[in-house]
Amino acid sequence: MAESPLNLEQTGVASPTKQKRPKAFLRLLRYTGLKFIALLFAVTVGLYLTILVANMGGYVDEIMKGQIRERVALSVSMDPEMRNLTSGQRMEKINDLVELEIQRLNLDEPFITRSFQFLRDAMTLDLGRSQQLVSDTGSRDVRNIILERLPATLVMMTTSNFLLFFISLFFALYLSRHYGSFLDKMMIALSPTSSAPPWFYGIFLLLIFAAVLGVLPFGGMTSAPPPKETGAYILDVGRHLILPVAAWLMSGFFSSVYGWRTYFLIFSMEDYVELARAKGLSSREIERRYILRPTLPNIITTFALMLISLWQGAILTETIFNWPGLGRMLYRAVQTFDTPVIIGSTVIFAYLLAITVFLLDFVYAIVDPRVRVGSGGARS
Amino acid sequence: MKRFFQNIKQYPSAIFGSALILLLIALAIYTVITIPYDEAISQWRGGENVREEVPRTARPSYINWFTTKDLPHTRVLDTAAPVDGVEKEEVELAENLKDFNIAFTFDYTFDGFPQEMQIIMTSEFDEKAPFATITWIKPDGTEIDLGDIVLKPSERFRFQDQKLVQELGGLSPEIGLFAEPGTDPVEVQKGTYELHVDTIVFEDDATFDAKFIQFGQVHGLAGTDHRRRDLSLALLWGTPIALSFGLLAALGTTFTTMFIAAVGVWFGGVVDEIIQRLTEINLLLPFLPFLIMIGTFYSRSIWTMLGVVILLSIFGASIKNYRAIFLQIKESQYIEAARSYGAGNWRIITRYLIPRIIPILIPSLVSAIPTYVFLEASLAVLGLGDPVLPTWGKIINDAQMNGALYNGNYYWVLQPAAFLMITGLGFALIGFALDRIFNPKLREV
Repeated sequence: MAESPLNLEQTGVASPTKQKRPKAFLRLLRYTGLKFIALLFAVTVGLYLTILVANMGGYVDEIMKGQIRERVALSVSMDPEMRNLTSGQRMEKINDLVELEIQRLNLDEPFITRSFQFLRDAMTLDLGRSQQLVSDTGSRDVRNIILERLPATLVMMTTSNFLLFFISLFFALYLSRHYGSFLDKMMIALSPTSSAPPWFYGIFLLLIFAAVLGVLPFGGMTSAPPPKETGAYILDVGRHLILPVAAWLMSGFFSSVYGWRTYFLIFSMEDYVELARAKGLSSREIERRYILRPTLPNIITTFALMLISLWQGAILTETIFNWPGLGRMLYRAVQTFDTPVIIGSTVIFAYLLAITVFLLDFVYAIVDPRVRVGSGGARS
Repeated sequence: MKRFFQNIKQYPSAIFGSALILLLIALAIYTVITIPYDEAISQWRGGENVREEVPRTARPSYINWFTTKDLPHTRVLDTAAPVDGVEKEEVELAENLKDFNIAFTFDYTFDGFPQEMQIIMTSEFDEKAPFATITWIKPDGTEIDLGDIVLKPSERFRFQDQKLVQELGGLSPEIGLFAEPGTDPVEVQKGTYELHVDTIVFEDDATFDAKFIQFGQVHGLAGTDHRRRDLSLALLWGTPIALSFGLLAALGTTFTTMFIAAVGVWFGGVVDEIIQRLTEINLLLPFLPFLIMIGTFYSRSIWTMLGVVILLSIFGASIKNYRAIFLQIKESQYIEAARSYGAGNWRIITRYLIPRIIPILIPSLVSAIPTYVFLEASLAVLGLGDPVLPTWGKIINDAQMNGALYNGNYYWVLQPAAFLMITGLGFALIGFALDRIFNPKLREV
């Protein structure tokens, strides 16, 4: 820390501490401010890119106009009241309806201006109304659409990820104590199995338990119709949850355990741990003080990032298990060219991520005394 | 190099992994040579004629090794390509009146019933359509009249008459015509069967040929799908595609990321800041939705997907790791020496920084390959695969769309899944061992 020692001579012994505090505070403020601006910039650019891609630079507008014309022409030709009109009048009617629809969707404005409108709305979390998708309650509010699917995704992702996280941590700690044992070697041997994503194991699980054995359902969140009583409903969802969670665990478990175990082992090889053991500290004590403490920043980071990815949902896993979650909704939004929904979910995700990254810096400072926020210039 | 091989011998899992990968590579090379790309594509898309004699969703032949029941293969008896059991007699009854007597004789000793049966009758005539009478004779002598038809130039008889079904006691013709009467559940009557097609033509120079196809329940090395395509084609051709995609994506991403990190670290300042910003932005972008959007709106071609995947991955999280290592290297003595003798920036980057990081790059490169292989399969399962190419993911997608698991066609899903698993496992095992070799810190643990 390049603190100017000259202050000492000028103002006496007591002052350096006093002067250090406002200076450190200012530095902290400056660092925070810069970080905030950087993240805001990242969010803006990221969102704008998403908007551009979600519209293919305006190309999607053309697709939508074409679709509108097709739809209107079809409905007009099938409408019995229109039969009496001459073809000229019908053409006029079609054009009027098409104009109306285009105006409803704001397609008459050039794409560039609309893109900035999208951006402004997105940044202020004014998610607007969807173009095609409708929530189960009939609402077109993007917020409602997203909120409706959110619980389903959260249920599945929270269960899977939390289980994975804590079980692998627990196992990794156990393994780092029993290094070299048979279980350890098994774990290492099995960790390449994590190269396969959860949906891959999902297919096998469905094959075995749903198709061949028939004990677990093929997919969906509840049976049809869902049970009315709360207790039975919870059990039903739980039964449908077994396979997706199992698939998630199978895919992530071994490499997760291996990663944490290796990480813990690196710390448990330190000299001070040897000393602690020689002193006669219990394993639990050693674990808590000497291993968990230094690894905590990493654990917290992983946990925080996991929390964010939670709600985005895993599109593939939800597809294979027919789970009514956000991932599937996003996919359908893309298929129906429903831009507001795509941007809505991306914006929330972006904000959550940015906030987490921002907060993590402070958490680091609290948990790891080696890192002082704002000290020095570039941190790698 | 020798030391490298000595090192790798320590890890039996890596040797196993390498064996798997070498097998796959050999398969890929063999496929590309024996079935050229154009031919593969045309066979995969195929028209009517390409797959006329192939059964729909048939199991692979090796199933017969595992079941007690002997499931039937496809049998084709064609008057245009006569073999034993195909007899064609041409009898002149009068002026402009000819009778073609065709008899198909065959032994049926399978335990299972054919999936489908068709008789394709082709005739050449000017005006007067021929008249055909079809009779079926079972081994026990029962004669079943299958019908009389006035023929079109190309006529396909599908054994699907309702009257026929009634006559057979409600059994579907493929089963009824082979059934041993009085058995429940229905069993096959084994023996010699005969199918007679007697056609009368009303012109002197008219011709007539018949092809009798018995579609089996098993076909080929890997079975078939809902569009009568031999799955072995897709499984074989999926290998080079998956391997190339994985390799190209992994190479492209890893080397580009490393290069960007090197540039950022070396030039520092504004360049570094820009790269940091770009990394942050990239972190916020949703990867899979982007791919889905570009696939849906723009193009599903595999090259486009490859390009976008690489583009979205180069500013990934691994940049931080490379930066850390480069920062360390940057301070070393020989860099300082290079700078003092006046080496240009690019020279230092390419000659000194990058070669030092390559040993660390290699394990992550190898470990990344299965990720990309599965990514391509994921896209295909979502329905965004290349519409033309036969890939493993496409097979799984087709299987899902046609309810393979529901209908008990497990082979349809299991075979491509097995290939994916082998690929993933092979590369992951090698990558694992490489990681231990190149990162001495990990070796201790």
